[in-house]
Formats: sequence, structure tokens, C-alpha cells
Amino acid sequence: MTPPPGTALDIAAAVRAGERPAAAVVDEHIAAIAAGEGEIHAFNLVLAEEARQAAVAIDRRVAAGEDPGPLAGVPVALKDNICTEGIPTTCSSRILEGWRPPYDATVVERLADAGAIVIGKTNLDEFAMGSSTENSAFGPTRNPRDTGRVPGGSSGGSAAAVAAGFAGLGLGSDTGGSIRQPAALCGVVGMKPTYGRVSRYGLVAFASSLDQIGPLSRTVADAAALYQAIAGHDPRDATSIPEPVPDVSAGLAEGVAGMRVGVVTELCEAEGIQPDVMARVREAIDALEGAGAKVEEVSVPAVIYGLTAYYLINPAEASSNLARYDGVRYGLRVDAPTTGEMYDRTRTAGFGAEVERRIMLGTYALSAGYYDAFYGKAQRVRTLIIRDLDAAYERFDVLVGPTAPSTAFPFGAKTADPLTMYLNDVCTIPSNLSGHPAVSIPFGTGDDGLPVGVQVMAPALGEAAMFRAAAAVEAAAPQGEDDA
Amino acid sequence: MSTATNGTTATATAWETVIGLEVHAELATRTKLFCGCPNRFGDEPNTNVCPVCLGLPGSLPVLNEQAVTLAMRLGRALRCEVRRSIFARKNYFYPDMPKNYQISQYDLPINVEGRLELPRSGSIVGIERAHIEEDTGKSTHVGGGGRIHDAGYSLVDYNRAGVPLLEIVSKPDLRSAEDARAYVSELRAILLATGASDAKMEEGSLRVDANVSIHRPGEPFGTRCEIKNLNSLRSLGRAIEYEARRQIELIDSGEAVRQETRHWNEDEGRTGTLRTKEEAEDYRYFPEPDLVPLDPGDEWIGRIDAELPVLPAARRTALADAAGVAPNAPAVAIAVERRLDSLALAAIAAGGDPARVLTHVEHNLAVEAAKALDPASLAALVSMETASELTATQAKDVLAEMVATGDDPAAIAKAKGYEAMDADELAAAVDQVIAANPGQWARFVEGEAKLMGFFVGEVMKATRGQADGKAVTALVRERARAA
Repeated sequence: MTPPPGTALDIAAAVRAGERPAAAVVDEHIAAIAAGEGEIHAFNLVLAEEARQAAVAIDRRVAAGEDPGPLAGVPVALKDNICTEGIPTTCSSRILEGWRPPYDATVVERLADAGAIVIGKTNLDEFAMGSSTENSAFGPTRNPRDTGRVPGGSSGGSAAAVAAGFAGLGLGSDTGGSIRQPAALCGVVGMKPTYGRVSRYGLVAFASSLDQIGPLSRTVADAAALYQAIAGHDPRDATSIPEPVPDVSAGLAEGVAGMRVGVVTELCEAEGIQPDVMARVREAIDALEGAGAKVEEVSVPAVIYGLTAYYLINPAEASSNLARYDGVRYGLRVDAPTTGEMYDRTRTAGFGAEVERRIMLGTYALSAGYYDAFYGKAQRVRTLIIRDLDAAYERFDVLVGPTAPSTAFPFGAKTADPLTMYLNDVCTIPSNLSGHPAVSIPFGTGDDGLPVGVQVMAPALGEAAMFRAAAAVEAAAPQGEDDA
Repeated sequence: MSTATNGTTATATAWETVIGLEVHAELATRTKLFCGCPNRFGDEPNTNVCPVCLGLPGSLPVLNEQAVTLAMRLGRALRCEVRRSIFARKNYFYPDMPKNYQISQYDLPINVEGRLELPRSGSIVGIERAHIEEDTGKSTHVGGGGRIHDAGYSLVDYNRAGVPLLEIVSKPDLRSAEDARAYVSELRAILLATGASDAKMEEGSLRVDANVSIHRPGEPFGTRCEIKNLNSLRSLGRAIEYEARRQIELIDSGEAVRQETRHWNEDEGRTGTLRTKEEAEDYRYFPEPDLVPLDPGDEWIGRIDAELPVLPAARRTALADAAGVAPNAPAVAIAVERRLDSLALAAIAAGGDPARVLTHVEHNLAVEAAKALDPASLAALVSMETASELTATQAKDVLAEMVATGDDPAAIAKAKGYEAMDADELAAAVDQVIAANPGQWARFVEGEAKLMGFFVGEVMKATRGQADGKAVTALVRERARAA
């Protein structure tokens, strides 16, 4: 398959200049999807006709001398847990069978305002619960870099779509690493914004205090541009941050001279980090130092408890968020003689094993008599992690470490033991618990020739410095044969 | 049966009923608690709904500022401490709950530690908390016994889902059904005075659950039962009395009271088990992650305090002082309940006899239009009575006409032909009636006192109501003494 040429910003520049019609851009991407989607299965639904119509409208505006926006004509792969008006939104679950949201998510409106075009709804682990996209009710997505391997997850569909050139940009959601980890495994950039920077209105809730929507892209500049387009206050989300969003693209090329970079010991030494992955991360750190950054090791002790705390908070919130899928109002219903039995049968038929596991874990963790020992204690650990990270950010502008412990793994390798799968998120979870921004940047390959991701983390609202450091990592990355 | 009843009566003096009330008041906001849908009763089912109040996937709640203002206003009127609070999710499955959790407040409610003074007895009832939460939809179970378990099918109207509620929880400080009714009436008056709620029990915008237990004074409280489905003050009183009796009978017969939730059946006049403590749900409360903590701060609280209206208790005191009666006089309480106290005060200030003004407010002005009455006209009416120009019966008639037309009392009295009879005319009428009923008169003179009513009635009939009842009574008594 030959992906359409250019970065998202290249495409937008050409469309805005009237040099390349958006309709042609969409057609090229539809052609790429037609050629490769059968093997990759990145999408739950390809919106070819809708995308073509949107492209025609953009071209008309360009012809009329208007500016359709900074992402004019760029096809975007939208994770299928983000609501689209009148278009099925499945969360890759049977429970939402037949449901069409009567409204667009805020990010969908902002994409349209920026001139971007939604080209399809992408596959995910059911309700975003997973790290391999194997938990989808509609079958797994394959990694474009090696179709025998998983793309990561849960935003595996969006990451694969961007990596395969099916879309110029992707949107995912990141609750414990669900944007960054698949980005690392597919060799693309994936970024989780500060909690509250991007509206969650219209994102089907998984773990509300952790969920953030963020960009996937082939370059750091593209990710920054997409972030810029979707970030900002939304009165429909009470947890949305009111402060204006500074321009994060302008300073990308300024480099890292004098930037204080902390290498987090606990993340580099976490359980199961492959040596070849760590070797690439060390090279990236050396490159930053070579570019003038002041690099030092830093200990953030509480992050080692992140995984444990996360797997209490996340299922607890999920168990409550997923209670609404009961067959009464929308989606799947399996009829039964009584309401209670209808709930049971509907939910049993509609949810997959991982979703059931989290609902049970979360229900237990919130139960009377266990709340303090589980949920209460997890929240205290969360406070400790924030405290330790805040302490680190007094000395450092950004922190770095690996994104995922390994490169992409084969299908079925981690499905037998949920805990093995959960360990994929050990490096990404701390930023979700703290609400801080973090980004994964591809940096070379492991011994198996598959991409490695380097993670750059920043304090709350520190996106500008984070993107700047990410751009420096990107600039130093070894060039693969199909990197843009 | 009679033995049990006798037993109850014999020991009832030793038992004391302990009552705490949970009152749910719908806040009178323009829109719902977490979305922009109208907060309106009586519309076509499922017309005031949106993704948020239907709990559709991806929707998020945004707190209604007006609901917070009204909650604080009620809280301050109950002299609560208003403080930083957080919202929590109360998790349970029910078809009229769109999200299968209710957004409520749990361990950190907005209003805590207040008090309410009962109007007649003057006793103080502690307010434990008054917290904000969302209402559910309304289910109609069709077929079977009208309950979800045996219905053929159920209909749900989500217009009410997400309507803001204030749950006001009293301390177990009430000691009788009468106390409980007085508490709810007073709370209702405060809700109305503050504009927090329209507090209509018949429309369900004010709902009451009662926690009832019994004990012997000086001993710890007994096991309590929570009584639901109390849709009127009458039900509340009856249910408490029934439940206290039931618990006393249980204990007297050597059994124990089980902690449970009970349902009041108005037709049968009894409570029945809804669920026992063991069957009680574990609501798995946890902080609502979609909302941020609510911290109104001193400035906002100060503004609420400054804008608080004069509350019923203060209004009762003002009226009682002006009328020279005790603040717990029934007429004073009624005047304030009906919001006729300012009318009464103005009429008294305009020279109206306080006792007669209060009598009219208490007995003759139970209509909404009474509020528009001109106080000077009411004072003028009362003065005509004082001067014996009108009888009490005539005054009541004239007052009704004044309320209906706004006309001047003198003009109405004239048009109706109400002119006080002179003493000679009245005496003649009385003598005529006595002469026409010799048998009854003889019995009356011999001491059959209840025949007074007969003679007064006959005189009123003969004079077509123009006679003053008091004057007639006095004359009849005088003639009897002389007989």
C-alpha cells in the first residue's frame, strides 16, 4: 500500500492554497483504505460518502476565497467511542448495537471548525478497556508495521489508520495510556493532553477522572496542530479548564537548549521493560543532551504504586459509568420476563469478558466496608503521585522515559493473563493519575525491527514545553524506510 | 383485638414516639439541575429531555447555578452552615434512573447543622443536612398490582429526570404526629417564603419520608422504620400514629422491631414491609468525577443572607405583637401560612380591631384573591362591625364581595340592604318567635339549654339574617330569666 503523500500540515497548506482539492485528498485516502483495510481492520465504519461531501464543501469555500481552517481537508480517523450525530458509535461493543447518537462530541465540532474531515470511526478495545485492541467485539486491528502483531490499544484503530496512511490524523482517548501506547507500537506520535484541556463532552465515559481525548499523527507538528484545534474551554464539560490555550506550534523549532530534562528512574526500571526498548530511550535522552538540554536522573517514588491505584480507580468509575447500558432506553436489549432478568441477559450478552471483569472489580472496590481499603486508599496514592511529580517538576521542565515496556507483541501473547496485559500501561498511567500531559514519539526500532516510543511528560498545562522536547526527540530519531 | 388495643392504651403513656423526617423539595429553577431542559410539571411525557438528562453515552452534567442559589437560600433560612461540598454518585438500578446512578451529595453536603422552630409549640427541631440531588424519571407500571414486579409493562417519563431536589433531613427531634405535621407545614412555609420550591405535595414537588421509632423517655431510641409513600400531611400523621402503635404492640407482645423500609397504604390505613435491612441496597457512593467541588465562599453566602426575605417565624412575631396575642395563636400561624400577615398588619395599623381582623384572616379569607384586598377597606369593614352596623354574618358576606369586586364595604352593605336592626325591632322579632313556639319556650325556660340554637335560628330566619346573633342570644336569655 502506498500512503498518500505529506504530513497533515502539508495537506492543509496545499488545500488552503487551492493547490490540492480536498476532494482529491479524500479520494486518495479512500483508495488507501480500500487497498489496505481488509488486512488491517482499523475501522468499524468508513464514512466515504460523508467525507467526500465534506471535502466538496471545503473546496467550495476555498474557491470562494474563504479559509476553511488550519486543518483544511485533512482526513481524521475518529475513535469509535466519540459521538457523531446520526452515525453509529459503538465503543466496539455489542451493547450499543443500533445506537446513533443524537449529537456530536465537542471535538467533532471543533474538527469541523478547523476544516478537518472525519473519514471513519476506528476500532478499539471494547469501551477502551485494553492495550491491544484484541478486546473489540468486532475483531482485532492489525499493526501495519507487522500484521502478525497487535497495534496496541485501546486506540489501536486510530493508531493503525494513521500509521497505514488511511488518515492524516487520528483522535484517540487515553485513560491509562490508550493513545500513547498504540502510538509507540505503531510508530506514530500520540499525545494525551492535560486533564480538562480537551472537552470530554461526547466521549463515551470509561473512567471519567482519567479520560482525555488526544491526537495521533505522523509528526509532532501535526499532533501539536490537532491538539491546538481541539483544546480549549467547553461549558458543556464541568471539568474543562477555562484558561485560554497558548500557541504550542510556534516554538516547536526552538530546540531544547537549557531545558531541564528529568529521566524518571522508576519508569526506566519498571517491571518488564525490554532492554532494546530501553536502549532506544537512552539514545533519545543522549540526543536531547546533545541538543543542549540539562539531563539528570530523578526519582519519583510513588509512581511504582500507579498501576495498583489505577486498577482500583479505573474499574470503580467504569462500573458506575457502564451501569446505564441496561437495555431500557437504547442499544441492545435481550427481553426477559422481569426487568431484573432483562438487565442480566442484556448485559451478559452485550459485554465482553474484560468489560465484565472491570465492572466486577469496580463494584467490589466501591462496596460498603471495602471503599476505604480500596477506592479510598487508591485516591490517597493518587495524591502521593501528584505530590511526587510536582516535586520533580520543581526541578525539571519535562520528564522522559519509555512509553511501553515492549514493541508490538503477537496476537494472543498477553490475553491469557490480564495482569500481563495491564503491565503494558505501567509507564503511561502516572500521567493519567496526575492529570498531566504526555506524548509518545517514535524513536527507532527494537531488535525485532518494530517501533519504539519515547515518552515525554510535562506538568499540568505544560504542553508547549512538552511538544518542544518531543520535536527535538523526533529530529534526532533514526529515519526508518517509511517514516514521513 | 380489643385486648391488644386495651394493652396499647394502658402502656402507651410510657412509650414516646421518636420521629425524624426526610423531606424532598423540588427546587423552583427555570431549568434542570445539570442541563438546559425546562423544569416544568405536567408537560407531555418525554418532551423536556436531552442527551444529558437522558444519561446518553458521552453526555456530561453541568451544575445549575440557580439550583445552588435556591439550596443555599433554604439552607440559610434554616440557619444551616453552608460549606464546601462535593457531589457523589449513588449507584442502583431502576428503569426511571437514566444513568443507573443518581447524582447526589453524600459525606459533604452543602447545608449542615440548621434548626427549625415549630410555630405552635415553639420547640426547636435540628436540621442535620439539606443537600442537592437530581430527581428520577417517573414510572407507570401497567397491569398487575401497579408495582414493577408484577406489571405487564412499564412506561417511563423522563421529564422529571434531572429536576433539582433538596433533601432536607431533620434530626430525630419530633415526638408526635402533630409535631411532624407542624414541621412539614413550617418547612413548606419557609420553602415558599424563600422561593426555593413551590412545595406542592399533591404534585409531588414536596415529598416526605418518616423515620419512626419508639422508646421510653430516658432510654436509647428504639429500632427505626422508614415510612415511604406519604403524599399528604394527613397521610403523614396517620402513618406515624399507625406505625408507633404497631411497634408498641410488637414490643408489648415480646417481639422486636426489625429495621426496614415500609410502605404506607392510604386506603388500608396501614404500613407494610417494602424491604428489610438485609435487603437494603449498597449504593456504592463515590465522588462524582464529572463535577468539581462546590465552594460558594463567604461573598456568595453573604449575598444570599442579604437577600433573604423575612421568614415565617419573624412574621408571626410581628403580627402577634401588633395584634396583642401570643405568637403561637392559631390565627397568627394561619395568617402567615396564607401570606395574609402583611394585609392583617396594615389593617390593624389602619385602625381595625385586631381580634376581628385576625378572625377574618383565619376564617373568611381562604382564597388566593384575598392577598389583593385593600387593608384600609378591611379596617373599614371591621370598624362597621365594631360599631354594630354589621353583624358577623353580614360582615362575612360583605368581605366575600369585597374580595370578588374590590368595592368599598359601606357600598356593598348598602347594596345588600344590610342595615343593623334597631333594638326595638329586634326585641319585637324575638317576642314574636317566642309567642309562635310556646311548647319549645316552656322547655327552654325549664332548662333545656340546647333549644337556644332553635330560637336564635328562628329569629335569624324571621329577620333574613339581619339580626346580630350575639344580641339575639342575649335577648332570649333575658326573656327566659324574666319568665
